[in-house]
Amino acid sequence: MNRREYLVALTGLSAVPWTGAMAAVPSILHVFGALPPPDRVRRVFAAGGPAAILTHVLAPDKLLGWPWPLSIEARALLAPLVRNLPMLGRLAGRGSTLPLEKLVALKPDLIVDGGAVDATYLSAAERVWRQTGIPYVLVDGRLAESARQLRETGALLGVAARGEQLARYAEETLSNRCNRAVFPRPGVYLARTADGLETPLAGSVNGECIEAACAVNVARGPGGGLARVSREQVLAWMPDAIVSQYPEFHVLARQDAFWRRLPAVRDGRLLLAPALPFGWLDGPPSINRLLGARWLASRLHDPSARTDWVDFARDFNALFYGHAPTREELMRLPGLT
Amino acid sequence: MKLAGQSTVLRLTVLSAPLLAALLAAFAFGPYPLSPAEALAALWAGPSAESDAATVMWQLRLPRILAGLLVGAALSAAGAAYQGMFRNPLVSPDILGVSAGAGLGAALAIYFGLSLAAVQALAFAGGLLAVAAVVFVAGRVRRHDPVLVLVLAGVAVGTLFGAGISLVKVLADPSVQLPSITFWLLGGLNVVSPGDLVLAAPLVAMGLLPMALLRWRVNLLSLSDEEAAALGVNVARLRSTLIVSATLVTAAAVSIAGVVGWIGLVVPHAVRLLVGPEFSRLLPASLLLGGGFLVAADTLARSAAAIELPLGILTALVGAPVFLWLLARPGRGGT
Repeated sequence: MNRREYLVALTGLSAVPWTGAMAAVPSILHVFGALPPPDRVRRVFAAGGPAAILTHVLAPDKLLGWPWPLSIEARALLAPLVRNLPMLGRLAGRGSTLPLEKLVALKPDLIVDGGAVDATYLSAAERVWRQTGIPYVLVDGRLAESARQLRETGALLGVAARGEQLARYAEETLSNRCNRAVFPRPGVYLARTADGLETPLAGSVNGECIEAACAVNVARGPGGGLARVSREQVLAWMPDAIVSQYPEFHVLARQDAFWRRLPAVRDGRLLLAPALPFGWLDGPPSINRLLGARWLASRLHDPSARTDWVDFARDFNALFYGHAPTREELMRLPGLT
Repeated sequence: MKLAGQSTVLRLTVLSAPLLAALLAAFAFGPYPLSPAEALAALWAGPSAESDAATVMWQLRLPRILAGLLVGAALSAAGAAYQGMFRNPLVSPDILGVSAGAGLGAALAIYFGLSLAAVQALAFAGGLLAVAAVVFVAGRVRRHDPVLVLVLAGVAVGTLFGAGISLVKVLADPSVQLPSITFWLLGGLNVVSPGDLVLAAPLVAMGLLPMALLRWRVNLLSLSDEEAAALGVNVARLRSTLIVSATLVTAAAVSIAGVVGWIGLVVPHAVRLLVGPEFSRLLPASLLLGGGFLVAADTLARSAAAIELPLGILTALVGAPVFLWLLARPGRGGT
């Protein structure tokens, strides 16, 4: 990459106010510190789950470790290259589990962080940069911005072609699908935890896969995060479909009298999404959700389609995670059996 | 309203009025829109009727109301017993670390992705374990006042288990497990099923029974140990019995409702201002008022917004101002 290309790449990345066309489309990347040239980025520290998956799909050889302990089941579905990476901990302001000294000792060329972008996270990122001198990139983690996350972070990590390839997949998944979808859009309740009574409210980052699947999150309430709700409230919302990533909830909903009475469950619109190697719908909220968005859209709008989801998951895993699990391995996942 | 001088029947009748009002409100309000007529019709139609209204009334509101009664009564009774035993009106059922122990049990169960039943079982076991540790330590210390040693050991063990909770929260997956642990620790009745009540109610009853049978002797604990012993009370055995009873009651309540703070402190205190410190009056009045208070708080928790407001927040929001008001009322006392 010559100096000109490098500068062009930077324009897409810098948090510094830019002039001209850039001002119209504010960058989704917020950069603190001087970025190394992309071809010199070899060691990337991912500050949290979303960033780790973003880095993993783009440049698995540059990822230094995982911010959280991966389960044995998740490791088994990942490429050998990243399967045995160490658990390093996360950077999240006061919720950090990685001491900054250890961060410095890891000698990363770059820290990538992803998720919500607000003054709290921006100032925390800036502080880490000032204390350690390691350049810090905070990526806006909204699902709708997946293509730009892949493209712009790819350019930054020196894997622009890879970023472009995955960004196209993201665009195809997220763009214009809703034009063909039915109206009114189905109301979906996303059940979390074993009891199913924790849910992301509409607008929350954890429920974005619902909107991406051309459906409406029925959970409207004060605040924009996760909430506990009552069974009575779920009944009042009367969702058209109930979707979950928790096999225990799926079992409960088919046995418990209350859940079985709900039309969504009675009429076979209780959907279980696989959660390995990463959640299809959420957990962590990152690029992994593209798979869930496609799956959910198809299950909601085209229930008679005979999509082989095992094959589909295999292709997605091969493309994004660089490793195609066997059919047998995938068939064992709750939600794909 | 000073009821200490009135007859027991009149006293309990007066105290039942807020409980009845809370029960009526609890049946009438909720996020599912039902007019009073529809609600009554659904109740009349019986639990087996096939309608949403019947489901709301019989499957959803009734178990929560029963759970509110059970948990509120249990925590208030345990608080009343402990306040008598520790000769201190500022004592709550948490004093010996039961909530911290239950919290650690539940947090670990959520961390390891166990089922709901396991979360409740580990919470219950954790509560018992914490108190057992306190009693064990206190039993080995002979040099100091036993009540003081119990309190100090309770503070230390509670802190230890609290640190364990914090550690689990730090290690938990922030997008998956951490919110669940946080919600559990804030308390709530929204997952309570009839099956949970069947399990918890006998445990609460088993704990309340010794309290009721020993109600006269509990008063003697307000004397010094020597004076009580001179009156023929085996102080150590009475204290152990009360600890076991109150722990059983609290651990059962916490395991189904999470950590619901304040109620075990405020309700016995308020009741003492109303009916006086005599435990044979304090206990039934605490059961009534505690049950009513928690049913009212839970009605608010599930009706005020589309989301559940955690019970621990509401009991503190309502309890603390009421407590302050009771304290500030001029010319009244009871403790």
